Amino acid sequence: MEASPRTPILELKGISKRFGAVQALKDVNFEVFTGEVVGLVGDNGAGKSTLIKCISGIYPIDAGEIFFEGKPVTITGPKDVGRLGIETVYQDLALCDNLDVVANLYLGREAINQNVHPLVSPLNEVKMEKRAIEVLKTLSVKLPSPRRVVASLSGGQRQSVAVARAVMWNSRVVLLDEPTAALGVAQSRMVLDLILQLKKQGLGVVVISHNLADIFEVVDRIIVLRLGRRVGTFMAGSTSREQIVSAITGAEFGEVEENNTANGSEGGMAG
Amino acid sequence: MSTIVEKPHLKEEPERPPTRLDALRSLLGQSDLGVLPILLGLVVIWGIFQLANPHFLSARNLTNLLLQAASTGTISIGLVLILLLGEIDLSVGAVSGLCGSIVAVLNVNNGVSGPIAVLAGLLAGLAIGLFQGMWITRFRIPSFIVTLAGLLGWQGTQLLVLGETGTINLRDPFVVGIANTFFPQLIGWLVGIIFVVIVIVSMLLERRQRMAAELPYRSRQAIIFRSALIAAAMIGSIAVLNADRGLPLAVIIFVGLIVLFDLITRRTIFGRHIYAVGGDPEAARRASINVNGIRVAVFGLGSMLAALGGILGESRLFAVNQSSGGSDTLLNAIAAAVIGGTSLFGGFGSVWSALVGALVIFSISNGMDLLALPSDIKFIITGGVLLVAVTIDAISRRMREVRGR
Ligand SMILES: Nc1ncnc2c1ncn2[C@@H]1O[C@H](COP(=O)(O)OP(=O)(O)OP(=O)(O)O)[C@@H](O)[C@H]1O
Ligand SMILES: [Mg+2]
Repeated sequence: MEASPRTPILELKGISKRFGAVQALKDVNFEVFTGEVVGLVGDNGAGKSTLIKCISGIYPIDAGEIFFEGKPVTITGPKDVGRLGIETVYQDLALCDNLDVVANLYLGREAINQNVHPLVSPLNEVKMEKRAIEVLKTLSVKLPSPRRVVASLSGGQRQSVAVARAVMWNSRVVLLDEPTAALGVAQSRMVLDLILQLKKQGLGVVVISHNLADIFEVVDRIIVLRLGRRVGTFMAGSTSREQIVSAITGAEFGEVEENNTANGSEGGMAG
Repeated sequence: MSTIVEKPHLKEEPERPPTRLDALRSLLGQSDLGVLPILLGLVVIWGIFQLANPHFLSARNLTNLLLQAASTGTISIGLVLILLLGEIDLSVGAVSGLCGSIVAVLNVNNGVSGPIAVLAGLLAGLAIGLFQGMWITRFRIPSFIVTLAGLLGWQGTQLLVLGETGTINLRDPFVVGIANTFFPQLIGWLVGIIFVVIVIVSMLLERRQRMAAELPYRSRQAIIFRSALIAAAMIGSIAVLNADRGLPLAVIIFVGLIVLFDLITRRTIFGRHIYAVGGDPEAARRASINVNGIRVAVFGLGSMLAALGGILGESRLFAVNQSSGGSDTLLNAIAAAVIGGTSLFGGFGSVWSALVGALVIFSISNGMDLLALPSDIKFIITGGVLLVAVTIDAISRRMREVRGR
């Protein structure tokens, strides 16, 4: 463990989010460092996707602060987040079914011909398609054609497209909400390898998954959410699967764990 | 959209052997048959009416048909944009009548010059559309309801604007000239040739670019086939129009707008975002697209095109009255868009549906007029055609969904 306290590339402090009667997040702290993969786990409805969406500017937060590279940032919408260099693969993928793969990869940042006025400049389809083919190839995504409409793709192919879209932009932080849920063995392998590759490139990566085998394979740190609270933090190297499971279900810790920073498995404490 | 015929790379799918339909698809250069079935339908409709009345396919009647189609078709262009968003605008008929009335009142009753009056009419349309768009997005009310209120409100405003007179006859050379100017034969041919040359050159340029980038490109046969089709259609149309009074200005405006908005929807960021919002507004929002901005802009454009349609209509008829833009204007405009293949469910379709659909609708109504069918029968038949078109739309949407998973 590093002695000097590093600044996380992305840090959340005291995030709360309520949907009507449901307190989806309660006073959650969260941090991810550069070159680190954080696994975010928890039962269904624990608040994982909500946390991701709060970071991505999809949901406004009720309370709390967000810091990027140590500086406080205000996030009012997805645009701010993209500008910071944070990319997200959403659990529901958020692809436009009626558009083809190329259009989806470039949605919201279409390439245009630079030499004409932006108001009249046509889309640079050649550039987009060429790059799309490259990206899909590096991720070994098998598609009949990048001009296929997304509606005609299989669930796994769509998920691959969503992952490709998040990692093709030279970003600093990538958030993946169950990126392998619909994938076959080989394609899951690709995504896990990709996560390790992103880590090597110095990105901060957050992965949500219910598959603890996948989690243990790629992550450095595991953060457990239960009923909207952060109930545990574990180093993957020194934690057993059982410890994670009991943290998720609350079997071991009961209701004592209110605190975000400390818990029973001290051996694995991060930071 | 750029389409793939030859596949140098990307040969992954072991698919069934190509059928004759696939061969046709690849010649057309698109994955579905597009407007082809509707064009075939048009040929059948024309055949039937020609058999029933030999005047139907005369140059004079076809020109009139095209002029009728141009005004409602222009309204349809705006509706196509709105349908692509997954919204609807029920006020377009009323807006076309109101804006036509504004032009007439300014020009005839207040002595405002023709061009200024027309400009005012178009701006009034734009303002109405922006207002409705903002109301829809600000208060999150379905566009169906807001524009239904608009339908009534603008119709009332039209009566107010027209005042006691009721009917206003137009004499201004500019206003009347919009739909009653015909260009001499030579100009007609020139416009046709220039159009075809531009289309062919842009296809070849695109092919060259894609070849250079080592992307799949259209085969030579496909380009020749398309060019031949487009050239034949153009030669046929110009020949027919020239056999009557020549190429009408209104048709140049209508087709010009279709080409313009086709380029905007398929080739620009704005157009791409219209499709994205229509396909999945939430996905569009997460991709940092300004969803509400796009909606407001498209409602503004839609109402402005409706205003232009109203102006084309009054110019053709030399008059505007209390029922202008009323009765079947709205339904014809919607029917044209949907018959042309634009989905009511958003995200699917093309601006060209406005042309094809308007031709179908007005061929039917013009043909029934020639046969002097009573209006009860006409309503029933038009209703039936619309029902068939939306059913086809619903079925093909289901098929897309089934294929999707
Ligand atoms: N848009 C919303 N409106 C109302 N309630 C919501 C909304 N989104 C989430 N919730 C609620 O917030 C809680 C947390 O949901 P969230 O989707 O974050 O869970 P999750 O941890 O991602 O679960 P899963 O593993 O099933 O994906 C749930 O109780 C859910 O019902
Ligand atoms: Mg979730």
